[in-house]
Amino acid sequence: MDDLLSLVFLTLAATLRVATPLVLCAMGGLFSEKSGIIDVGLEGKMLMAAFFAAATSAVTGSAWAGVAAAIIAAEVMALLHGFACITHRGNQVVSGIAINIIAAGLTVVWGTAWFNRGGQTPPLVGDQRLLPLLLPNAGDNILVYAALLSVPLTWWIVERTRFGLRLRAVGEMPLAVDTAGISVPWLRYRAVLLCGLFTGLAGAYLSIAQNAGFSRDMTAGQGFIALAAIIFGKWRPFPTFGACLIFGLLDAIAIRLQGVRVPGVGEVPVQLIQALPYLLTVFLLAGFIGRAVAPRAAGVPYEKEH
Amino acid sequence: MSTRRPLPAWAEIAVLPLVNIALAFLTIGIIVRIIGVDPLHALKLLVVGAIGSSESIGYTLYYTTNFIFTGLAVAVAFHAGLFNIGGEGQAYIGGLGCGLAILALDRFLPAPLMIPVAILAAALFGAAWAAVPAWLQAWRGSHIVITTIMFNFLAAALMVYLMVNVLIAPGSMTPQSRNFAASGKLPSMHDTLAAIGIQVAPSALNLSIVLAVLCCIGVWVFLWHTPWGYALRTMGHNPEAAVYAGTNLRHMTVLAMCISGGLAGFVGVNELMGVHHRIVLDFPAGYGFAGIAVALMGRSHPVGIVLAALLFGALQQGGAELAFEIPTITREMVVVIQGLIILFSGALANMPRPWLQLFLSSPRSGEVPAQRAEGS
Amino acid sequence: MAAAPAIELSGIQKSFGNVHAVRGVSLAIAKGAITGIVGENGAGKSTLMSILYGLYRADAGEVRIDGQPVRMESPHDAIAHGIGMVHQHFMLVDTFTVLENLVLGAEGGPLLAGGLAAARAELERLAREYGLSVDPDARIADLSVGEQQRVEILKVLFRGARILILDEPSAVLTPQETDRLFRILATLKERGVTIVLITHKLREIMAATDHVYVMRQGQIVADRRTAETNPEELAELMVGRKVRLQLDKIAATSGEVLLAAEKLSLVDHRGVRLLDNVDLEVRAGEIVGIAGVSGNGQSELLQILSGIRRPTSGRLTVRGRLIDAHHPTDPAEMRALGLAHVPEDRLRQGMVAAFQASETAILGYQAEPPFCRNYLLDGPAVGRHCATLMDRFDVRPRAPALRSSNFSGGNQQKLVLAREMAREPKVLLVGQPTRGVDIGAIEFIHRELVKSRDNGCAVLVVSVELDEILSLADRILVMFAGRIMGEVPAGRADERTLGLMMAGAHPAPSAVEGA
Repeated sequence: MDDLLSLVFLTLAATLRVATPLVLCAMGGLFSEKSGIIDVGLEGKMLMAAFFAAATSAVTGSAWAGVAAAIIAAEVMALLHGFACITHRGNQVVSGIAINIIAAGLTVVWGTAWFNRGGQTPPLVGDQRLLPLLLPNAGDNILVYAALLSVPLTWWIVERTRFGLRLRAVGEMPLAVDTAGISVPWLRYRAVLLCGLFTGLAGAYLSIAQNAGFSRDMTAGQGFIALAAIIFGKWRPFPTFGACLIFGLLDAIAIRLQGVRVPGVGEVPVQLIQALPYLLTVFLLAGFIGRAVAPRAAGVPYEKEH
Repeated sequence: MSTRRPLPAWAEIAVLPLVNIALAFLTIGIIVRIIGVDPLHALKLLVVGAIGSSESIGYTLYYTTNFIFTGLAVAVAFHAGLFNIGGEGQAYIGGLGCGLAILALDRFLPAPLMIPVAILAAALFGAAWAAVPAWLQAWRGSHIVITTIMFNFLAAALMVYLMVNVLIAPGSMTPQSRNFAASGKLPSMHDTLAAIGIQVAPSALNLSIVLAVLCCIGVWVFLWHTPWGYALRTMGHNPEAAVYAGTNLRHMTVLAMCISGGLAGFVGVNELMGVHHRIVLDFPAGYGFAGIAVALMGRSHPVGIVLAALLFGALQQGGAELAFEIPTITREMVVVIQGLIILFSGALANMPRPWLQLFLSSPRSGEVPAQRAEGS
Repeated sequence: MAAAPAIELSGIQKSFGNVHAVRGVSLAIAKGAITGIVGENGAGKSTLMSILYGLYRADAGEVRIDGQPVRMESPHDAIAHGIGMVHQHFMLVDTFTVLENLVLGAEGGPLLAGGLAAARAELERLAREYGLSVDPDARIADLSVGEQQRVEILKVLFRGARILILDEPSAVLTPQETDRLFRILATLKERGVTIVLITHKLREIMAATDHVYVMRQGQIVADRRTAETNPEELAELMVGRKVRLQLDKIAATSGEVLLAAEKLSLVDHRGVRLLDNVDLEVRAGEIVGIAGVSGNGQSELLQILSGIRRPTSGRLTVRGRLIDAHHPTDPAEMRALGLAHVPEDRLRQGMVAAFQASETAILGYQAEPPFCRNYLLDGPAVGRHCATLMDRFDVRPRAPALRSSNFSGGNQQKLVLAREMAREPKVLLVGQPTRGVDIGAIEFIHRELVKSRDNGCAVLVVSVELDEILSLADRILVMFAGRIMGEVPAGRADERTLGLMMAGAHPAPSAVEGA
């Protein structure tokens, strides 16, 4: 009985650990997408943030400096996305892909040039990392709590504030917002900046909390899983959080099941479990499990004069 | 549209893309400077590395071949108004198809039969992997951008599973299949040229490049000189007009994506049948994504795609040499350049337009409608 | 001392690229009155009002509100000066409730709760005062078009606007809803609101306004007190010369039935009945006109008749080919049967803006000889074909290689018409034959339609312009709410009877045959 309880506890803790960057990233993406700016560049922003968090932390010895650097790095990428999509009305998907590719390359280029470790940053020790707060073995560092808090906060902002109302409106019908005398670009820039803030925290979590340093491509598709979670949660904060937990749980199970023979089934391919978030999202989008309707203006640049 | 006065056609086709690329290179120069390397010195090494010897030219063209395939793949989908981000996965599965055909038949079929069958298998598998997202969009309404992204991950997971558990060569420690028999190998360019008396340095360049050129011609003929290409482009510009004209959008969506996926699948031909001579992991190595950059830069036209693919091939090869010469620079520098080109010739493509308009469209030329007379 | 006008515009200029949309417009809108601005589609009315509302920036000119010069950089400025606009296409967020739409941009604080409560109270007050009742918690998507327009007006009033601009407010309304709107406007005027009404419908100008400005080709060509003018004069001013509505044509000699619909019904995915048991016949050598307010099922009917859409039930016979649920068809087959279709909205359906004119000229026929031989398109043949069409239909400029979007509306329409008539179809469906087309081209297009009727073609014309139907058609069917309200022979038709039928009233039996 005790064994089972501790197994449940360990699995839950592992789920939360894995889900934390997903949750932060998804809440960030939610702001962006709600405003009508599609963000397939979550992955790149998070990767850039992870690199700068680890690099700064290694150089300064302060995890907090690392967090700050992560946020700045992610915000720079977010502003780039905004500059391309909002100011220059570029294709949002193209911009997001560009950001992913640039981040994947640049983190290795800079990492190699500065630390000469094949793209890795020096291992972080002690105060260079964000350490668990209350429960020594659960990995409950401050960013885990931040992720838990980010969900009700996002919900409250989106549903209960003036900014949230305008955010929802601009993602559905920017022209209505414009004719109401509200600046569409400024509103969207704020959404994109919020996205940068959250993805920055997600990146920092990866390299200076969950792991002890940056390694190349360490996001490993988690930005896309976060994107899948947003779709799965139908662009609503709490369901999105739920999707992140499910995807996190799948990952925790996949790690646990590695090489284990399940009675009656045989060895479950780890790849199948890892692929489940993508597979489920495909099924959801195809309308086999409910329907996900994106904000109507998502992906459409706002042209004032036409 | 006072802010978007059209540029003269020649500027639209030639000057704007060049300005976009120049901006990308300017940015990469700054990045190189930041890590303490003289950009001009790096550029010189890169150019020499790309075209300095017949061997390096061979490698440049070998990389170019891949970029042509994925660039065409993205372009065909673009013309149909579809954004295929799944080139990476389609290339992967295309390679799987090519490899499976060879593993199954290379002991029975002679090369003249084996090679076409394997090429066909690559196209079919690539097309099939693209057909599913196409079907999901056409019949179930799911967005192709998201589905193709998901299918890249699914392809990667599937390949890892197959290579680790099913296709791995007996006794091998690394996840790769057995070697192809001689009939399943595409002749290399240096061997082929040697057979007709021309000696060139050995490189990875193989006859896939001929296939790439044929694909360029085929895509050009298909898009602009057949009724199906016409219907496909109509759908891309104006789906309602395509319906009005009697085109079944669902079928056309699937057709466009199948052609796109098939073209991407040919990366597997170049890589597996041309170079590795067995199925390996991770051979698409970003070519699928780079195809977006190639298509954007090449304005989705085969001629432009060949030019863009040459540039990308040269960067890939030159970048490798550069990384070898200067230890602080890694091969990923090329990835950064690809990303920057996607950024500047894709997402920020319109940024330089107002500047160009200042210089290029005098009030007189702007007023004459004939300036816009050139069609696409 | 006379009060300063509510709005004064002087010397307003605006160009879009090469198009000079507004050229030096000056006008004055009197306080507390209803001023109409009338003009054809494309005369520059909407552009002018968008400048006034800060959506576009004028290239030159001055705006004065209550005698004070103001800068209109964005709608924010316009709202601050008490200007509110009800757009032709509603600026409402479909997924929001009425209340949420109302407060958008005027939330009254960073948190929503207080603002929403206050807005609810204000909404009740406005509803009482102006007779504008709407359920504050209804979702916009669930409201009727008329109700949505009321929400738009409420939005403007909620922001305390003293000047209300309405852009083609009746375009989407039935005559009854329009009458109700005009009653609301009259109430607003009594309460001291200044109203600008933009329209191309003379009836509305005569019924609702105190003063009217006439715009033509980006300029104000006249202003009149409404009481001192009449529709004939305004129509002449709008188009610039005497309108010749009567078309010279001989009586129709109708032959066999080439197109017949029986009990066609269409129900959309939400369960809304768009077409309800439509029966019609078109015979060789006659023009059948379908009249009706836009959005009463005409578009859907054309889509079904041309094979683009499948009916939910009912059947269709085209030159002997039976089409029903078990025997579906598609536009390609319909073309092969000799049915041609000039779509209602040429830019959205009938052409590809980015294509060369020669490419647009084979849209729908691209797979047929002489354009396609051995599975390949014959470029020179396509070009020659386009040149021939351009000659015959006087399309200008005569440039097959020019992008389709660079032709004027009238020339685009002529090109589409030329394409569809080139094959001498046996059945011709024409939607809005002259929408956005200049007067000269209208006459030309009408003559061509009559010509093909005289050659034995069965012609079906759908138009929202009653005048057009009256001058073209041999028989007139009126559609309302997806039904054919009745049939009137052209000789016995008059605007009053048709207007009643368009509004859904059943006509007096004497005026109608068949029905």
